[in-house]
Amino acid sequence: MERNRFNKFFDQSDSILTIPYFLWLAFFVLAPLALLAYQSVQGIDGRWTLENIIRYFSSTSYLKMTLQSFVYATMITLITLTLAYPAAYLLTQTQHKELWRMLLILPTWINILLKAYAFIGILSQSGAVNNFLEWLGIGPKQILFTNFSFLLVATYIELPFMILPIMNAIDEIDSSFVQASHDLGANSWETTKEIIFPLSLKGVRTGVQAVFIPSLSLFMLTRLIGGNRVITLGTAIEQHFLVTQNWGMGSTIGLVLVLLMFLVMRLTNKGKGKSKGGF
Amino acid sequence: MKRLVYFTLAISVLIIGLFGINQSLNHSTEKAGTGSLTIYNWGDYIDPSLIKEFEEEFNLRVVYETFDSNEAMYTKVKQAGTNYDLLIPSEYMIERMIEEDLLHKLDKSQITGIDHLLPDLLALSFDPGNDYSIPYFWGTLGIIYNDRLISEDAIGSWADLWNPAYENQVLLIDGAREIVGLTLQSLDYSLNSKDLDELDEAKTKLDDLAPNVKAIVADEIKMYMIQEEGQIAVSFSGEAADMMAENEHLHYLLPEEGSNLWFDSMVIPKTAQNIEGAHDFISFILRPEIAAQNAEYIGYSSPNQTAIENEMDPELVVDEQFYPNLAALDHLEVYENLTLEYVDLYNEIFLKFKMK
Repeated sequence: MERNRFNKFFDQSDSILTIPYFLWLAFFVLAPLALLAYQSVQGIDGRWTLENIIRYFSSTSYLKMTLQSFVYATMITLITLTLAYPAAYLLTQTQHKELWRMLLILPTWINILLKAYAFIGILSQSGAVNNFLEWLGIGPKQILFTNFSFLLVATYIELPFMILPIMNAIDEIDSSFVQASHDLGANSWETTKEIIFPLSLKGVRTGVQAVFIPSLSLFMLTRLIGGNRVITLGTAIEQHFLVTQNWGMGSTIGLVLVLLMFLVMRLTNKGKGKSKGGF
Repeated sequence: MKRLVYFTLAISVLIIGLFGINQSLNHSTEKAGTGSLTIYNWGDYIDPSLIKEFEEEFNLRVVYETFDSNEAMYTKVKQAGTNYDLLIPSEYMIERMIEEDLLHKLDKSQITGIDHLLPDLLALSFDPGNDYSIPYFWGTLGIIYNDRLISEDAIGSWADLWNPAYENQVLLIDGAREIVGLTLQSLDYSLNSKDLDELDEAKTKLDDLAPNVKAIVADEIKMYMIQEEGQIAVSFSGEAADMMAENEHLHYLLPEEGSNLWFDSMVIPKTAQNIEGAHDFISFILRPEIAAQNAEYIGYSSPNQTAIENEMDPELVVDEQFYPNLAALDHLEVYENLTLEYVDLYNEIFLKFKMK
């Protein structure tokens, strides 16, 4: 896939246009990755060493943290997918698709920090949710600083990134396929299962990648909403860069994150065949 | 396509124009010669009207920048290219910067008013001769509680935080030194401990605290305590003063095992451009009326004895929690600069605690 794209670039005679693209790749993708790899084999005193990597893989707490990040990211992805797919499908059937798309994009224009603070207000002891619970007679409950609140806010923030690609993919399906399916005697469920879902998989893949990868390192939400009771790899990276100044260890954890992301990309791209688009 | 070209052109012209304006602005400030003083301080840590007053009196333009952690400040100062004239870091960072030869030695003949300072706050271990630093504010780490939910004498020590009755009620400040330090003190060890057995014991003890911890946050503690989201919190004295001003049910106490005594002091980095101006600023801050005004605005404890005795609201300074009897301060410990190896170890303990 990747190779095809490159070939296509070289086939075009105006290869000058690709220079910015390659410069961008070199400076903002490859160089930082190389720096990350270089830092990860540096000790705290500037020696070459493998101790960061050894420390990572021999420490139960880092491995547990990795597993936790992975589990949380998977849960966030699954929840958003479950919510997003039916929503995206219904939205493509509506009259004013562009308006809906616009409304979905709108919240992403607001800074994530502001949204997090808004949620603190809503979920706190004296917040709207607890006032409602009190009115119901259930009484105030601790919502902030729980796994539930973390998942709720993370899902809210990631949802548009899942709905949009799925919506686009469903939108692109040629309606004659659906008609043909009906003509050949399939009912609505069979049409959805056999025609619409397989053809929209491309959007699902893009959505999963767009949600899962950032979810691996939501360190700001873990502190603001999770009260540091939810710990992901992002927390450890932040600590190593800002407090302990052990950039080597921070980079090692960063590299592990990058590897996890590649893994997810590989898994989601698997069996993609010759469909175009995606990553 | 044509539109794109016009668009790109317009942006280029705009960039060049702004660049030109920026250049000419910079040029005009350079012309003013020694006319500026660049101060690098913690956020929200000075009464802004004092900066204006200083500018007018000394005919200097003050460039004021802020940082939110000692480490961030250190990284920026160490990478050459900055020209801060005055920094206000904390004591352990000053110790490190002295060791690494990043600070300019103060010329005490250019500073007036050192004699206003509390003698107990001078000549401390991080800078024994006060050759590099002059105290700006000081304070302690302690426990804040709400008397509507916790009775008055229920808490008196760090050890009380472990009381099973406070399950899921305690808010902690997100700092490894602070939290591991208080655990060490609750075990009667020094909060600068480098003894691996003691640290191991502290780790086990700290992990036991996990069920009581509601959240480990930073500046948000203020908001949560004022809104009564939490009942008990561990935070700094100045933060406590802010909270108590907003909610009269809150109280601050210094635990009986002792606490951390911290300082933020004024220092001049080696890279300073306006050394004379920096000395003037230090003298300015040392004036009792200025120190009093600043302390009343910020809420942290002033190191200025003359200001405390003559200038400040008496009600404020008799409060033993904020102006404790300095003679009895031997159970208060100052952070020493741990080597990076131990900083890492303290943080590792803290990270594992967060994961509990």
